[in-house]
Amino acid sequence: MRLFNVFALAIKLLKSQRLAGELTTLFLALTIAVTATTAVSFFTNRINQTLLQQGGLLLGGDLAITKMQPIPSKYLTEAVTRGLYTSETAEFPSMLVFKDNTQLVEIKAVDAAFPLRGDFEIRIGTAAQRAAHGPKQGEVWIGPQIADNLQVKVGDSLTVGAASLKVAAILVNEASRGGDMFSIAPRLLMHKADLPKTQLVQVGSRIKYQLLVSANQRANQSFNQINQFYTWVKPQLAAGERIDDVKNARPEIKSALDKAQQFLGLAAMTSVILAMVAMCLASAPYAQKNMDTYALLRCFGAAKKTIWQLLGIQVFTLALFASLLGCVLGYVIQTILSGFAANLFVERLAQPSLMPLMLGLLTGVGMMLAVLLPQLFKMSQVPVLRILRRDFLPHPQTYLVYLPAILLTTLLVYYQASSLKLTFAMLSIVVVILLLAMGLVHLMAKLIHLIPYKDTNSQLGFSSVTRRFSLVSIQVAGFSIGLMVLALLSIIRNDVLQNWQRSLPIDAPNRFIINIQDAQKLAVMKQLLALQIVEPVIFPMVRGRLTAINDAPIDLKNYPDERAKRLLQREFNLSMAEKMQADNKLVSGRWWQPNQADQPWISLEDGIAKTLNIKLGDRLRYEIAGQIITLTVESIRTVEWDSMRVNFFAVTPPKTLERYSKSYITSFYLPDSTEQGLNQLIKTFPNLTVIDLAALIKQVRDIIFKMTIAVQAVFAFSLLAGLAVLFAALQATSEERQREIVLFRILGASKQQLAKILLIEFILIALIASIVALLGANALAYYISQTLLNIPYQFNGLLALSVMTVAVVLIPTAAWLVSRKLLATPPRQLLQSI
Amino acid sequence: MLLDNQSLTFNNSHSPTIQLSQPVLAAVNLCKNINSNDKTLHILSGLNLQCMPNETIAIVGASGSGKSTLLSLLAGLDMPASGKVLLGSQDITLLDEDARAKLRGEKMGFVFQSFLLLPTLNALDNVKLPLQLAGNPHAEKIAKDALNKVGLSQRLTHLPKQLSGGEQQRVAIARAFAPQPAILFADEPTGNLDAATGQTIIELLFELNAHSGTTLVLVTHDEKLAVRCQRTLKLAHGQLTQVAILNSELDAMI
Repeated sequence: MRLFNVFALAIKLLKSQRLAGELTTLFLALTIAVTATTAVSFFTNRINQTLLQQGGLLLGGDLAITKMQPIPSKYLTEAVTRGLYTSETAEFPSMLVFKDNTQLVEIKAVDAAFPLRGDFEIRIGTAAQRAAHGPKQGEVWIGPQIADNLQVKVGDSLTVGAASLKVAAILVNEASRGGDMFSIAPRLLMHKADLPKTQLVQVGSRIKYQLLVSANQRANQSFNQINQFYTWVKPQLAAGERIDDVKNARPEIKSALDKAQQFLGLAAMTSVILAMVAMCLASAPYAQKNMDTYALLRCFGAAKKTIWQLLGIQVFTLALFASLLGCVLGYVIQTILSGFAANLFVERLAQPSLMPLMLGLLTGVGMMLAVLLPQLFKMSQVPVLRILRRDFLPHPQTYLVYLPAILLTTLLVYYQASSLKLTFAMLSIVVVILLLAMGLVHLMAKLIHLIPYKDTNSQLGFSSVTRRFSLVSIQVAGFSIGLMVLALLSIIRNDVLQNWQRSLPIDAPNRFIINIQDAQKLAVMKQLLALQIVEPVIFPMVRGRLTAINDAPIDLKNYPDERAKRLLQREFNLSMAEKMQADNKLVSGRWWQPNQADQPWISLEDGIAKTLNIKLGDRLRYEIAGQIITLTVESIRTVEWDSMRVNFFAVTPPKTLERYSKSYITSFYLPDSTEQGLNQLIKTFPNLTVIDLAALIKQVRDIIFKMTIAVQAVFAFSLLAGLAVLFAALQATSEERQREIVLFRILGASKQQLAKILLIEFILIALIASIVALLGANALAYYISQTLLNIPYQFNGLLALSVMTVAVVLIPTAAWLVSRKLLATPPRQLLQSI
Repeated sequence: MLLDNQSLTFNNSHSPTIQLSQPVLAAVNLCKNINSNDKTLHILSGLNLQCMPNETIAIVGASGSGKSTLLSLLAGLDMPASGKVLLGSQDITLLDEDARAKLRGEKMGFVFQSFLLLPTLNALDNVKLPLQLAGNPHAEKIAKDALNKVGLSQRLTHLPKQLSGGEQQRVAIARAFAPQPAILFADEPTGNLDAATGQTIIELLFELNAHSGTTLVLVTHDEKLAVRCQRTLKLAHGQLTQVAILNSELDAMI
């Protein structure tokens, strides 16, 4: 047979089966799986592309050295000596005042060379234009949000600290900003030369200094230059100094993205696992139905090779169309995902590469082959005569045919999770859910036998569940996994936010003021009291770096924990207090007495002590502004962080750190009506930074909300895939059901009776599925709230009810859609088709 | 046994007055056509049939002559193009599908060539099924008795796949007789069985039929089976013709 003819025949046979249920299930399940995976990989690919392509732009140069203090001049000198271009910037938050309004902004002071890579998009009139460098001396550019909030126009003068600067343009887009995931304030760009005038830079101010370095142009030689400079700088970096290159342009985005990618990837994998189950269920009847054609073709003299070609073309065509459709749908879904997440990660996303498309096609074709080929191979082993004489076992009990599908699924999960532990955890959850489903169905079967029936319809409906034990268990497991992830996300999103808000009293502090200098302390307190703020408590703060524990210098290598590393790399805020705060509790040791006010002691928060492995009596060496002090851990205490009051990891007796320069921090509840008074305070002391917690809480909530919607969108596919499992299971039993319905009809059952029996069966499945889903979701939510979020777990009755309602409506409806045709067909017609 | 029914009034005694009483089942001018490729195939054309109480009738005919179609029409499983099917005095072609199903449950029993047992139900549950559907509160007891009568009292919990072909057909016969139907339709009941097993099944069928006084309408190719019936009707060209009157009486005369 010529290949073209084989192809034509294959397509013809495929077309003839297009109305058969198994083919629809195989097609839809694969489409769902490919849609979910490509949507996620298109989305993460775009962000990765953005980070890679625009690494230099995001950084503003080829290399950046960052420090929370002015950058040592040796780096600048060396870069200039090597003929490299340089630019220096300083970044810090501050309050901006215009007329009677204030706004927290993120100020970036840049020199004339900034940025070394990329440019700005600004608006002076109505049209946007590009600008190669930042504002001139005496001018500022402000983000559109500032212009809106403060009602500032181009040409107005703004008070930045103690200086008055003219707004020269609206800063529409700043490549080097990228968009911090948790940046809380809009941007104000100013010239570095204006910085001293503002008097915003004071001792203890949190300022991020950067030295940007770039080569002349992007040639190989230039890259070498940059690499050599990088190699020279790296070993010289002192504590608190960091060097980044384009590959790691935004570590905070990269790490957030890695997590999101892993999470979304796993979400997509849930659909893949369920789709695989659905496809495996549909594969056996599909192969069975192909058997006759295969046997006949063999009788007519077709070579085995031709038959394999026929089947191969069919399977491949089916896989290709489903995967292509999945890729297209995936692309559409990712635009929605990107819309949600764009502002969180980066402002403008790069176009995706073709990689996700390839991946989607490969996954799709791979899945189809892994599911169908073993079935078809098994079929080809049956002697033709046995097929024609129907002298074969209808469903040979060999689970080996599912092995390739199981292996491929494991491989795909591992690819997305890139961790053996996660892969194992994920597959374990699936197995546990399946076992739970089987257990419950089994239990139900036992209970059914114990109940004495009066209504025979119910009995027949109930017994349908027990008669199809394995299939019902798989249906329950498949559907409950879909329901479970959606329920879990709803619990986490709602409960975490609600519990968090509930733990805040109405008069919980809603404003923090930081950066209060020693000399301003009394005046600030006086003004706050004048605003009738109840008991503003002010805390001193000294910044120091922990350099040694029990005389052993800190070596980051000894701390595998990421959080410990981060804590040790940055400066601690050390406070001093005579009394322990009311919401703190001593875990060990004792608090100091008034006569011990200058003892070299320190009290640590329990969590940080555990993270850094510090115990009572340990000696901690701190470096504070170049001076060394050793403090002994006198007590360890717990802190109620949720209270929103100011709290410190490390506190010393009231006079221990008196000789060091310090700033102050206060928090208080500000009623809305006194906002104006606070603005007055900022005008008097422009270096103060007010953090509006209400806005911060709102922003955090927005982010969580957006992210969970994005994740839920991906998980919605799991529910669809769960439905596919349901359909597949229905299809796998459709012959059996058809036989049943015919018999019931012949034996005198009315349509109503049949409908009732069917409904009872599927309501039972729905109830068991929702119980499994709720058990799973609540167990996971309990685990997450207890161990990861540290909030009290609460059972959500309303959610449980909604999950049950969804299941009880959705599952019987789906079953009805599949079976209603059978119910409406005259029994004689059905009799002929069995 | 005595079948007394509100809609059916007939004498089911074994007396020769049988022909004078009212038919249990009658087909009047029954027509059935099949349209295929713009051609109309006349399967049944104005067929008439009367089945008297306690009578056993064999319908024979070539493959495709419409035997099974006739059986479906008589059982209300299908609708004729024209004509009537009278169950007692009631024309079942005027009833909707549910009402016909109800009548089937109350008055008809079925035995099929392919047994048509539910593979996921055990023998007892299979026999119980029609009784349960009719809401009979004594389903279990009746079903056990019926299985006992066909000699399967030790196989109650066995699934069809654990039973031989003959045993499966015995379960099917028990299921057919359990609700005590007025008419039993059997469609090639020995068609899937070997000769010896087929013979046992025939014996069982007629024995139970004699005991319960049911009217038996049998579609078969099997001459041995046909000859056991009181009348043999041949279906050809959409019409029934009588092959022999009261086979058993003729046999006795010979």
